[in-house]
Amino acid sequence: MSAPLIIFFVLAAMAVLGALNLIFQRHPIHSALSLIVVMVALAGLYLLMGAEFVAAVQIIVYGGAIMVLFVFVIMLLNAGVEERTHVSKLAGFPGILLAVALAALLAATVARSADRVQVATTGSVAPTKALANLLFQDFVYPFELTSFLILVAILGAIVLAQREKT
Amino acid sequence: MVPTHYYLVLSAILFGLGAVAFVFKRNIITIFMSIELMLNAVNLAFVAFSQGWNRLDGQIFVLFVIVVAAAEAAVGLGIIILIARNRHSLNVERVDLLKL
Repeated sequence: MSAPLIIFFVLAAMAVLGALNLIFQRHPIHSALSLIVVMVALAGLYLLMGAEFVAAVQIIVYGGAIMVLFVFVIMLLNAGVEERTHVSKLAGFPGILLAVALAALLAATVARSADRVQVATTGSVAPTKALANLLFQDFVYPFELTSFLILVAILGAIVLAQREKT
Repeated sequence: MVPTHYYLVLSAILFGLGAVAFVFKRNIITIFMSIELMLNAVNLAFVAFSQGWNRLDGQIFVLFVIVVAAAEAAVGLGIIILIARNRHSLNVERVDLLKL
């Protein structure tokens, strides 16, 4: 077993356990902290794949900005342990059926694509410079559009969160 | 070298766990976090394909997904604050009326 494979399995176990912990914890702040574990593990996997820039952005934007926003809102709203309600008892049966169907669909798709993707597994270098060239040449219009998207999101957040003047 | 389909399997597992959390959790903030988990799983698949085919387009797409996720988090948490202020509860099963 080679070293990258061992690192992969350690990080994958970290990610899956973090995701499971997100489901089993009943306090939202614990769920948020386990989601941060998942994101850090994924950043490690990106590094393993040679995508350094994406790994850095994952840590800074996801682990830093977005999760801080979540933790901030949890503390602002003083969210406690989630209460158990059993309003819809019938929903469990089709829910389990649909979950099995989704898992089967994903497994079938992955299994079909598995033999097709192994084209180039030579040590891929993804230098940040090439990424920047691609982003600011071929994808420059979508990139500019995202700034507009963020502007709209800022305006939306301000309009939603402001107190009504009475 | 880790084969690409290992990453795809991990991505599918994480996406499934995110979907399960989305359905099972009752706290609206946790439901929102499970959406982020699913977006992360998709990002992992994008980077895995990007590495598998030695093309960088997938990583560009991941950057766009992260931007959309950030915008979504800002607007979504604004909506959550509004719901918490109006309903005095974060439980989704108590948010079942369109008009108060």
